[in-house]
Amino acid sequence: MLGGLAVAVFTSSGWPEVKSQFFSVKAFTDSFPGILSAFWIDVKVFLIVEVVVLILGLFVAVVRTSTNPALFPFRVLGAVYCDVFRGIPVVLLIYLFGFGIPALALQGVPTDPLILGSIALALAYGSYVAEVFRAGILSIHRTQVESGLAIGLNRLQTLRHVVLPQAVRRVRPPLLNDFIALQKDVALLAVVGVIEAYRQAQIDAAATFNYTPLVAAALLYLAVTIPMARLLDYISRPDDPSRGMAK
Amino acid sequence: MTEGGPGTADGAGVIDVLSVTKAFGELEVLKGIDLTVGEHEAVALIGASGSGKSTLLRCVDLLEEVDGGDILLDGEVITDPSVDPVAVRKKLGFVFQAFNLFPHLDVLENITLGAVQSGQMKRKEAEERGRELLARFGLGDREREKPDRLSGGQQQRVALIRAFAPNPRALLLDEVTSALDPELVGEVLELVRELKAEGMTMLIATHEMGFAREVADRVAFLEGGRLLEVGPAATVIDSPSEPETRRFLGRLHQGGLA
Repeated sequence: MLGGLAVAVFTSSGWPEVKSQFFSVKAFTDSFPGILSAFWIDVKVFLIVEVVVLILGLFVAVVRTSTNPALFPFRVLGAVYCDVFRGIPVVLLIYLFGFGIPALALQGVPTDPLILGSIALALAYGSYVAEVFRAGILSIHRTQVESGLAIGLNRLQTLRHVVLPQAVRRVRPPLLNDFIALQKDVALLAVVGVIEAYRQAQIDAAATFNYTPLVAAALLYLAVTIPMARLLDYISRPDDPSRGMAK
Repeated sequence: MTEGGPGTADGAGVIDVLSVTKAFGELEVLKGIDLTVGEHEAVALIGASGSGKSTLLRCVDLLEEVDGGDILLDGEVITDPSVDPVAVRKKLGFVFQAFNLFPHLDVLENITLGAVQSGQMKRKEAEERGRELLARFGLGDREREKPDRLSGGQQQRVALIRAFAPNPRALLLDEVTSALDPELVGEVLELVRELKAEGMTMLIATHEMGFAREVADRVAFLEGGRLLEVGPAATVIDSPSEPETRRFLGRLHQGGLA
C-alpha cells in the first residue's frame, strides 16, 4: 500500500514541481545550518519548560488531591488554574503573555518574548500534566495510604514513599505523550517573534520562494520526537511478557 | 467476669477500649465496646462479618476516629484529638486482610520503610533485623522479590514481619487469613503462633475458631456492634454462655468452618 502511494505521488503530474519546491537539495544545504542553530532554541526551551512543567504539574496535583480541610482554598485555586489554562488555546496564551505583559510596563518583569512565551507554555502544559499526575494519584488505592500510615509514616511520608512512586510509574506514558506535544508546540513561540526553527525556516522559505527549509525544520522536530515516542513504547511495555494482554 | 457487662477495661492493660462507639452515617457499627488486652495477652475477636471486628481494630490504630468513649495505649488516652496519631501507630503493628504490601518496593524495602522513615531504626539496623526475620520465617531467599512474585501466604508473612519488625507494643491482626487459599492459611497461622510464644501482645480478628481457641488467651464475641461474651478461649468457643454466641458458632459448625 505504501508502495502504491509512493507510485501515485512520484508519477503525479505535479511531482516535478513539488520536488523542486519542497525537496531541493540545494535549498536544503543552504538553509539547514541556520535552521539547526535556531533549533537549539527549541531544544533549550523544551528542556527547561519540561522541568518546570513536571514540578508545577506535580505540585498542583498534590494540592488538588490533598484532603486536609485547611488546604481547601488552595484546592480551589488549583482547580481554577487547571480550568483556565487548559481552556485557552496555547497560541492565544503565548500572544497574551508575549505582548500583554510587556505592555503593562511593570518594573522587574521580563519583557523578552522568549521568556514570556516559555512561561505561557509552561503554565499551559503544567495544567495538562497536573491532571495527568492527579489521575495517577487518585488511581492508587486508599488501602495503600492506610498501609503507609499503619507502618508509622506521616501523611507527607506516605505521599512521598508510597503514593507518588506508584502514581508516577502509572502515568509515565501519558506524561511522555504530553512532552512530545510540548516539543512541537515550542514552534508556537514564533508568533511573538522568537526565531526558533520553524520561524527561521519560514523566513528562508519566504526569501527563496522555496519550501524546502520547512521540510528541514520538520525533520529536526522528528529527530527529537521519534526517540521520545520509542522511549514511550519502551517504558509502556509490560514488566513481564507473560503478563501482557492475552493473545 | 466482672460486673458491668462482659467486656472489662480498667486502664491497666496494654490496650484498653472504654465505651467506644462508632457510626458510619446512620449505621452504628460499635455500640459501646469495653475491652482490655493485657501484656503478652492474645485476645481473639470473633463474630459475623459486619459485627464490627475490623472497625474496632481500625479505631485502635487510629485509622478510624471514634465517636464516643476512649482507647488507651499503656494507660494513655490515644483517642484525644491532641494526640499525634503517627506516634501512636509507631507503637502498634497492623496487618490487613489483603496484605497491602507496597507493590513498587521489594520484600526487604517493604519491611524497613516504616522503621527507617519514621526514625525508629537506622537503615542498616532495620535491614539486618529484616533479613534475620525473613530467614527465620523461611523467606530468606525472597528479600529482593517484588510482592507480586510471592504467593498470598508469603505476602501475608511479609506483612506480618513488616508489622512486628520494629518491636511494637501490640499487634492488631485483621482477618489475616481470610484472603488466602485454604492451603496457605497454615503457614501464616504458624507465624502468629510463634509471635504468641514470644509474648507478643495481640488483638486478633479472626474467623478461624480452631486457631482462636489454640492461640488466644481470651475470646471476645461481637455481634451487632456489642461485645456479648468475653472469656477464656476454650470456654467461649466450647461452651458459650450466651445464646447468640451459641447460634453464631452453630452456624460456623454447619458451614464446616470451625
